[in-house]
Amino acid sequence: MLVPVNWLKKYVDIDINTKELADELTMSGSHVDSIEETNKGVDKVVVGKILEINDHPNADKLVITKVDVGEEELKIVTGATNINKGDYVPIALVGAKLPDGMKIKKSKLRGESSFGMMCSLDELGISSDLIPKEFKDGILILDKEYELGKDIKDILELDEKVIDFEITPNRPDCLSIIGMARETAATLNKELKIPEVKINNQVEDIKDYVNGIEVLDNDLCKRYYSKVVKNIEVKPSPLWMQQRLIKAGVRPINNIVDVTNYVMLELGQPLHAFDLDKLKDKKIEIRRAKEDEEITTLDGVKRDIDDSMLIIADAEKPIAIAGVMGGENSEVSKETKTILIESANFDGRSVRLTSRKVGLRTEASSKFEKNLDPNLSEIACKRVCQLLEDINAGEVIKGEIDVYDKPLNEKSLNLRPERVNKLLSTDLTKQQMIDILNRLEFKAEKVDKNIKVIVPTFRQDIKLEADIIEEIGRIYGFSKIEPKPFKGTLTKGEKSRQRKIEDLVKSKLTGFGLNEIMTYSFISPKAYDRINLPEYSMKRKYVELLNPLGEDYSVMRTTLIPNMLDALARNYKYGVNKAWAYEIGNIFTPKNVPVKSLPYENKNLCIGMYGEVDFYYIKGILNTILESLGVYNVEYMPEKHHNTFHPGRTASVVKNNNVLATIGEIHPDVLKNYGIKERVYALELDLEITSILTNLKNKYKELPKYPAINRDMAIVLDEEILVKEIEKIIKETGGELIEDITLFDVYKGEQIPEGKKSVAYSVTYRSYERTLKDEEVSKIHKEIVELIKDKLQATLRS
Amino acid sequence: MKDKLNSIKDSALQDIKNAKDLKQLNEIKVKFLGKKGELTKVLRNMGKLPKEERPIMGKLANEVREAIENEVTKIEEKLKDELQKAKLESEKIDISMPGKNVPLGHRHPLIQVKEELENVFQNMGFDIVEGPEIETVDNNFDALNAPENHPSRDMSDTFYITNKILLRTQTSPVQVRVMKQVKPPIKIVSAGRCFRFDDVDDTHSPMFHQLECLVVDEGITLANLKHTINVFVKELFGEDIKTRFRPHYFPFTEPSAEVDVSCLECKGKGCKACNGTGWSMEILGCGMVHPKVLENCGIDSEVYSGFAFGLGIDRLTMAKYEIDNIRLLFENDMRFIKQF
Repeated sequence: MLVPVNWLKKYVDIDINTKELADELTMSGSHVDSIEETNKGVDKVVVGKILEINDHPNADKLVITKVDVGEEELKIVTGATNINKGDYVPIALVGAKLPDGMKIKKSKLRGESSFGMMCSLDELGISSDLIPKEFKDGILILDKEYELGKDIKDILELDEKVIDFEITPNRPDCLSIIGMARETAATLNKELKIPEVKINNQVEDIKDYVNGIEVLDNDLCKRYYSKVVKNIEVKPSPLWMQQRLIKAGVRPINNIVDVTNYVMLELGQPLHAFDLDKLKDKKIEIRRAKEDEEITTLDGVKRDIDDSMLIIADAEKPIAIAGVMGGENSEVSKETKTILIESANFDGRSVRLTSRKVGLRTEASSKFEKNLDPNLSEIACKRVCQLLEDINAGEVIKGEIDVYDKPLNEKSLNLRPERVNKLLSTDLTKQQMIDILNRLEFKAEKVDKNIKVIVPTFRQDIKLEADIIEEIGRIYGFSKIEPKPFKGTLTKGEKSRQRKIEDLVKSKLTGFGLNEIMTYSFISPKAYDRINLPEYSMKRKYVELLNPLGEDYSVMRTTLIPNMLDALARNYKYGVNKAWAYEIGNIFTPKNVPVKSLPYENKNLCIGMYGEVDFYYIKGILNTILESLGVYNVEYMPEKHHNTFHPGRTASVVKNNNVLATIGEIHPDVLKNYGIKERVYALELDLEITSILTNLKNKYKELPKYPAINRDMAIVLDEEILVKEIEKIIKETGGELIEDITLFDVYKGEQIPEGKKSVAYSVTYRSYERTLKDEEVSKIHKEIVELIKDKLQATLRS
Repeated sequence: MKDKLNSIKDSALQDIKNAKDLKQLNEIKVKFLGKKGELTKVLRNMGKLPKEERPIMGKLANEVREAIENEVTKIEEKLKDELQKAKLESEKIDISMPGKNVPLGHRHPLIQVKEELENVFQNMGFDIVEGPEIETVDNNFDALNAPENHPSRDMSDTFYITNKILLRTQTSPVQVRVMKQVKPPIKIVSAGRCFRFDDVDDTHSPMFHQLECLVVDEGITLANLKHTINVFVKELFGEDIKTRFRPHYFPFTEPSAEVDVSCLECKGKGCKACNGTGWSMEILGCGMVHPKVLENCGIDSEVYSGFAFGLGIDRLTMAKYEIDNIRLLFENDMRFIKQF
């Protein structure tokens, strides 16, 4: 919201500088985004009157002029085409500076000396999208006979600053100069000077001009107020008004449109002027559009409208999209003689949806969509009439047509002063509270112990006592409230067990050299194809977004693997020769398809690695992680049917019949889909099941007092037999005496028959109660070896 | 005999002194002191001496032995020293050659910042809780007093799964969950992923991270909110940082404020980074919990009051590490992550 400070000063006395003003208003709730200078660098440009225009002897496109700038008459050569003898124009004198950096010097144009330059608005630093059509490609012709030689900065008020406020969506009343003046007055504790709305001369009767206005859908139109102005003369509006509009970011069009825009900026009420003579039967209906209706809006675009949208129509056709934009068919033009001024109140939601649907957001729609005060309509309409009269644009017709079925009345709220002081931690008296509320134009009076507050209708955001407390707080000043610690027992915050486990896992992984990554919770459904999940896979039962940003982000992930592979693929593409990464994140499993209730969210850990890694390395990582959580003796079952993984190098990790993880090498077909030409190892661990199995209680175990005895064995057996079968026999047979089993060699090849392998174990025996005897160990060891030979058809390797 | 002993002594000491290495020294030792050594040989002749001379000669012989042995020990130590020195010299390495590559993992910067923030609050006595990423419209909007019409509810702002289920747009629904489950006093912090309908570009991401704080108890005031935030901000940015509370609007708090901290560059003096204002951009939004929100969660707003505040972790992370493109946070380039 752009607020030119001089405009603001018309309604409230401001005796501090703009920077201080901006700070004060920021601290009372109107956040200042920026303060802009209107003088972009104009110096030594003055008013001049063109006395003569003569042909240039050497150039067809140039003329030689004589210009009176007060103290002297200057000869100026120019190429301007829109000037006439007697025009008052801005003259940049020799030595002048212009915003684009130009310095005016005495010069020669085709052999003729020139002592200055006539300026366009563009050259005076006005943004080109704000320059009115008539001055777009020419010199600015001033609208009055200003004093010759007067500095143009004074005429255009170029010393004025413009404050850009960020207005919160609950305060549509602040989207106007008067609204900001009210905030300023309350903040600075000054008087607000509301302009007196008075039309001096009104003639005839509106009933003779309009054959009725009917609101057919009053759920979307709370009020429709209108007046008529005749004998319209459409022309540019006065320079002061144009300058105000330009500074507030609105391009001047003509006097009629400019006045409606001026009042919209001033009071916050969007207005529209129809050419009354163009309305069929001079009738107006406010209704929902019919199917098949269409309208060409003022911007020249033909738009489809439907029965969800409110429109303004005459007896046969739409003439405006309510609250969004008027139609071309009823537009004010040079020929317009009589206008009807619409000052209506449309339903915010309806305007917002309509504006979105037709793809057109205007100043008007952005105001209406925040729900305006219907009581603003009347004063705004009259203010337009007053200004039209003031600038001699037409003659106001007596009377108005006001369709306002359910007038909005002021609300009354009860305020408990002790509640104010309790919540804000202040010590304000009732009178102080009343004073603050009065500054904001709330009526307030003491009733017994409490204060009765009458809320003005332009403050529809005030609904509860708490809202009034906020008003008192912000005008009193949050900065004056002394910070205080709250009472309560001193406690250390708790972290959930799950989070503690996650933190622990992360610290281990960091120690192992894995980097933490973070990826989106949604993925492309095609990712499931890329990781070769079969059609029947449960992981393809996913939660889908209704309105995704695109297919790539359209379904919630049921596995972390695709994102991990994406990340690894990206690193591979970038030429990173080793990537070890992990992510802890949620996967989402629907309870029902289509989704009717919140899905399950499950924390998983995914590890993905390439470079200096093999199956046993990543297995080692998983084992260490699990053991650090007190999860021992998990079982690795070969997993041949998980299509994402290598069928011969993958395992399901099982504990107490729960599958904790899948771990293995990524299938070469999948790697091809991701463009990775290195072996990739990955695992996905269910952290929630893991956390159930986790045992973080750790007790000291007595160190052994008796010596250990080591025995090695080397056996040859079928290569298909998993070594865990051997370990199982060792453990079962040796029982408590087995302290450790170490696999130290696996060999296939020469001296070993085809289809066989040789494995060598070192077994450590120890008792915690006594020194084991050699013979005793030999006996058990022999028993183990015999069992292995017997059960696994193995032979001892000599 | 006496002469003989003295001459053995002299020549032995001489030889020992000239010994070049331990082996030679040992040979010398054997030559003089060994079973067939010269001194032993002399002593074998002791019996031939007159009785009265024997003790004198015996004593002398012992002195000679002792002298030789001492000298051997002395030289032995010297030679061992030299040997050690030579060995160490020969083992010299080029210490400027690179160290072995000991892998150490790196934490994602954003998650690091999130955990740092959580730790600050945990130390201030806040419990750390988490909520689901997929939420109900009720928890995400309705219970938080978001106006029915609010544009943030639009499908162009929020990702929906059904008309009642969505991807949470803020961490605030965790407040609702906690208040519905736990009786005051409540003192929690919750951080996590949130989502909004923003296309991916250099400054936007459809997934972002928030941290949310909630306190509900009897007699909680705006002054308590200010105090808590001041403590937190000082913990985060340092003792010399100031705050200012600007009134603002959030549907779920009343009164509401945004908090600016003094410019981190110039500490409030005014510089280029802060446009000369001395204040950096707002870092968090806060306010007293709206009585309707309390009531929606079954808490009597006449008895209890509370405050809440939230902040964006992504922007804070980017500011902290001067990261200028938000995509870097989600691309997971190892060369990026290894910097943290």
